[in-house]
Amino acid sequence: MSSSTTPTHAIDMDSLGRGSATNRLADEAACLEIKHLNLFYGEKQALHGIDMMIPKKRVTAYIGPSGCGKSTLLRCINRMNDLVDSVRVDGEILLDGQDIYDKSVNVADLRRRVGMVFQKPNPFPKTIYENVAYGLRLQGIKDRRRIDAVVEKALKGAALWEEVKDRLHESALGLSGGQQQRVVIARAIAIEPEVLLLDEPASALDPISTLKIEELIYQLKDKYTIVIVTHNMQQAARVSDYTAFMYMGKLIEFGDTKTLFTNPREKQTEDYITGRYG
Amino acid sequence: MNKTSLSHHISRQFNEELEDVRNKVLAMGGLVEEQIENAITALVNADVELAERVISRDYQVNALEVAIDEESVQVLARRQPAAGDLRLIIAVIKTITDLERIGDQAERIGRMAIHLAEMERPKNQYSELEHLGTQVRKMLHNALDAFARMDTEAAVAVAQEDIKVDAEYEAIMRQMITFMMEDPRNVKRTLDVMWSARALERMGDHACNISEYIIYLVKGKDVRHTSLEHMEKQARD
Repeated sequence: MSSSTTPTHAIDMDSLGRGSATNRLADEAACLEIKHLNLFYGEKQALHGIDMMIPKKRVTAYIGPSGCGKSTLLRCINRMNDLVDSVRVDGEILLDGQDIYDKSVNVADLRRRVGMVFQKPNPFPKTIYENVAYGLRLQGIKDRRRIDAVVEKALKGAALWEEVKDRLHESALGLSGGQQQRVVIARAIAIEPEVLLLDEPASALDPISTLKIEELIYQLKDKYTIVIVTHNMQQAARVSDYTAFMYMGKLIEFGDTKTLFTNPREKQTEDYITGRYG
Repeated sequence: MNKTSLSHHISRQFNEELEDVRNKVLAMGGLVEEQIENAITALVNADVELAERVISRDYQVNALEVAIDEESVQVLARRQPAAGDLRLIIAVIKTITDLERIGDQAERIGRMAIHLAEMERPKNQYSELEHLGTQVRKMLHNALDAFARMDTEAAVAVAQEDIKVDAEYEAIMRQMITFMMEDPRNVKRTLDVMWSARALERMGDHACNISEYIIYLVKGKDVRHTSLEHMEKQARD
């Protein structure tokens, strides 16, 4: 037996300072900057002067009660709201410094850079392989070997490869809900976007599938800027680095998740996350 | 966070659970306060029976600690409290540990009281311990009161009081050392007095810890192991 008592992992005392593990928004590089964004559905104003920065390669979560505008705001980031006739948007959203609402912006290009996943898994009625390859085919890529490689990489990235590698040419609709949602995420990351927008990605899933999606989000943030809307506050607390609380179309509080869930600045935030009525 | 915000949860049952935990902490605090008072009275009056009662009642303090801990774990597991609710549960879990230790110190004084009752009494009837004991009991009382009212100013006052308690303890130590040097026959008794004074001083430290948890509970600021000035600043922020 060795008599040596040399500690194998010394504690880094500098890392123990008060609040040192807290992320600081001010130290982050911006991926998106939302500047004084207002949005109207016809006469009704749904977003009121939103100003915020979404940091690069971090997970930012939006929480708030139903109808507070969080999904509307998320949809602004890849201009999904353009598809609704009565919507009028003013203000700016800068993606890497460029306003995505500028006339020169090609919306299809934008949506290639900003991928989106919805609440209900929506795989196409095609094989698993074709679902993931879909974006590449749209781009006119025909090289079989290249597509094979991308499909494998995307499915691995979505933590689904091991489960489906022997049935790639079966219909994606035969998969479980959690697997379908991961196919959709694989489809989104196959075209290597910069930003992934997740709108309630786990709310229709069972707890185990939910944990798999959360684990996936954790892994994906090395490569992508992730913005997630969730009704599940514990989920926001678990997966996000920064959390924004919205209420009645306004951004009430935005800060690092650790502080927001233990010591929020605003009473409205506190009331919401602790389940109180105002 | 203020006291009224403890209630108003959409889930009324959650209100009741939090209110219940909080009330149990205050009840435990009340019991511990009584233990201190009785221990000191037993020591000063050479009341062996009362001292024995203090010793035998310590199990109640321990049982309350275990019960409150259990309830707190249930709240954490079932409610996943956030923000002020989370801080309340954390503050409670820490507070009851300190209360239990104060209880142990009271029990210790009870044992000293039994020893001392068999020995010759000094002229002052241990008035120095009585005085220190009163001070410490008041500190704990004020800390519990500050906890109940979520009053950070009152919590700071408790921490300030600890400086006086420490000074008083030092004075007793010096006096006891003098006694021992004057006449070695005093040593046995004097040592028991020193142990009792030490127990009281420790109680003051625990009350001080509780006042720090109140700052955490109300302001979300961790002021442990910082200066009194820092604590004052955070309490008023």
